[in-house]
Amino acid sequence: MAINEGMLSPYRVLDLTNERGFICGKLLGDLGADVIKIEKPGGDPARSIGPFYHDIPDPEKSLYWWAFNINKRGITLDIETADGQAIFKKLLKDADVVLESFDPDYMDKLGLGYSALAQIKPQVIMTSLSGFGKTGPYKDYKAPDIVVWALAGEAYLTGDPDRGPLSPSFPISYIVAGAMQAAIGTMVALFHRGITGEGQQVDVSAQLSLVPFLGPEPPALWEQDKTIIARQGRFLRRYQGASAAGKAAWVDAPMLYECQDGDISFVAFAGPGVGESTAALTRWMASEGMVGETLGAVDWMEFEWQTVTQDVVDEITKDFNRFFKAHTKAELFEGAQERGIMIYPVFTPKDMLEFSQLAARNYWVKVEYPEGEAAVTHPGPFMAAVGAPRAANRRAPFIGEHNEEVYLGELGLSRHDLSILKQAKVI
Amino acid sequence: MIKKPFEGVKVLDFTWIGVGPRSISYLLYYGATAIKVESALRPDAVRHATPYKDGIYGLERSYRFAYLHPVKSYDITLNLNHPKGVEIAKRLVGWADVVADGYTAGTMEKWGMGYEDLKKIKPDIIMLRTCMHGQTGPLAKIPGTGFTLTALSGFAAITGWPDRPPCGLYDAFTDSVVPLFNALYLITALDYRRRTGKGQLLDLSQHEVSMHSIAPLILDYDVNRREPKTKGNRLDYAAPHGIYRCKGDDRWCAIAVFTDDEWLSFGKVIGNPAWTKDPKFATISGRKQNEDELDNLVEAWTSKHSPEEVMALMQGEGVGAGVALNLKDLYENPQLEHDRCFQELDHPEMGKLSLYQPPGFTLSKVSYERHRPPLLGEHNEYVYTEILGISDEEFVQLMEDGVFD
Repeated sequence: MAINEGMLSPYRVLDLTNERGFICGKLLGDLGADVIKIEKPGGDPARSIGPFYHDIPDPEKSLYWWAFNINKRGITLDIETADGQAIFKKLLKDADVVLESFDPDYMDKLGLGYSALAQIKPQVIMTSLSGFGKTGPYKDYKAPDIVVWALAGEAYLTGDPDRGPLSPSFPISYIVAGAMQAAIGTMVALFHRGITGEGQQVDVSAQLSLVPFLGPEPPALWEQDKTIIARQGRFLRRYQGASAAGKAAWVDAPMLYECQDGDISFVAFAGPGVGESTAALTRWMASEGMVGETLGAVDWMEFEWQTVTQDVVDEITKDFNRFFKAHTKAELFEGAQERGIMIYPVFTPKDMLEFSQLAARNYWVKVEYPEGEAAVTHPGPFMAAVGAPRAANRRAPFIGEHNEEVYLGELGLSRHDLSILKQAKVI
Repeated sequence: MIKKPFEGVKVLDFTWIGVGPRSISYLLYYGATAIKVESALRPDAVRHATPYKDGIYGLERSYRFAYLHPVKSYDITLNLNHPKGVEIAKRLVGWADVVADGYTAGTMEKWGMGYEDLKKIKPDIIMLRTCMHGQTGPLAKIPGTGFTLTALSGFAAITGWPDRPPCGLYDAFTDSVVPLFNALYLITALDYRRRTGKGQLLDLSQHEVSMHSIAPLILDYDVNRREPKTKGNRLDYAAPHGIYRCKGDDRWCAIAVFTDDEWLSFGKVIGNPAWTKDPKFATISGRKQNEDELDNLVEAWTSKHSPEEVMALMQGEGVGAGVALNLKDLYENPQLEHDRCFQELDHPEMGKLSLYQPPGFTLSKVSYERHRPPLLGEHNEYVYTEILGISDEEFVQLMEDGVFD
């Protein structure tokens, strides 16, 4: 039986999540847990999410599915049928964790809620991920990704100042926040169980998980003088304390700049230690005759964002803009590394795959897929762990790929049982 | 009282700024004991960060520092550039189960506290190291920031309007992404140690963990040679799907319609005007083909209503909708209030502080605890004399020698 060797290898996870929670089980699988992804007969609806391998829209070729279901086994089971529920309860006996991301009351309605599962297996940990958790005034609200993004306060702060709120074109609310909190909550509960022997329920709210992504600045400004900050686009706003009128004062300087063939990220830090990067850039610009009078007069070790005027910032920004526009991403990145300047390209996946630092750390993992001419590159181990085995990588499962392995080999069903269940569309 | 899961777990915390403190916070919400090692000569840089309580500068007055430390921790000052300072730090390693390091690669080695050194002191130590590029490779020693990482990890490139360069995300977004990965691996390593007795080094690159969030886009380039495009608020398989202007000053509401049934419900909410019956909008492919026109029509309706009204009406008929909350709205949001997102605590210098970074999950059998941020060197005496057993005379001598600067 192919179970990953890894830190979580004693644990088995039954993963009922949809695309909102895929990465939770995937990360536990990366860490060595035996994660069994349970799909509806015919395949998980999220297999219809693109992009697709060679743009062939086929449930077995969804790269979205491949990316987030690596390191899982896959079985089909219809838990809406009585037979399916009975089988699920059998599977539960050898499981440590159940993950699900249905509507908050869905599992309860099927008789598979936490209290029902805990009666069968008191040590089980059941982790439920939803938009707003299982309780509270919004619990029955529909919570697609963009709605969570809006209700967590992220949308209001994302986007250009002259346009409306914006969300990422690749939805990430659940992936970066809710599903991650589901994984952490599951591990806290597993650790607790290791000490006390008792299982419990982990109820995750995607909204509550995403709110802290605002960082410390918005609430700080609200506390200071009830300033409500809004979209700043490509600019980083430097606050200068309260003005005479008691309102927040600030200057804006870009953190993203256009260059010849794309965009780069550069923050002009000032002061001892961090200012060296900006000073080195100014010297580089001077060597190419691109430093104006205002910038030429700045000592980045002494410069204070706290006291500078917007006019001065605009003069300096003009020089930076001109210099960056005259160079390519590659020129700026290479030149910056040689000189100790914190300029980085706005990476696209191409840049990531070509980045020498990642190659030096053997970050990328090639995963074989049967029909592919070549292996597919996945983001690799997120850490170089010493003293603990690292999980091997297995490709994402095909529909029902491990039905026989799990149902015959591990659950002890007969081929005859399996045939009946298949014809009844239970598996 | 039910025992907290991490009660008895001891964390020696050399991290600072945002990522490190937030990475270990999950242990501290649930009972672990931590010592935050600062230096009076070089306190956590965020202590200097604006804005300050009442606009008055002070190391205990930074709101940012407060929000980044909503958990209980001891705080000491220790001068690691003093030979005796390093000696004491190493004694604290003997006390610890976890050492957390958020410095640029090579810094801990400079003090003789690399992983191999720590292991000699405490063979089963878990060392969490989090820096921009990891501890190895040609760029290991380059310092980083969350602004840079947001660009490097793809989050900046996927956010923008199609007719403009990408505008990126607000603030240092990866400073919120990375701690969740770090916390997951740290708790996993603790569980592994609980079962096997083995410690380990967790060499975490902030860049490497962040890219996992957009993995399908990386596969898309690898397989199809396609780079992601910015699409504003649009999604390939939903329409309308956007954040629409509502009545009021800078008021907006997200609406997302995926299925044809939701489309019918949407029409019902807005009173079924004739255009909603137009066959060109009847199917998802039709709505996608005519999306510019559709968005204008949707906004013509939303702009006559408050976002709260739009959300309530849409959700009442099963259509996904949510107000683009601003900070004031967040404080007043009934769901966040229900979830105790904000909790007021007393701070000796700042007075009442409304801390707002709870775990995103509720455990049915264990509760978490928040705490006001620690003051600089607040627990010097307790940690050095009670935990390390340094005598009062020696404590005074070391203080005079500048070891606790």
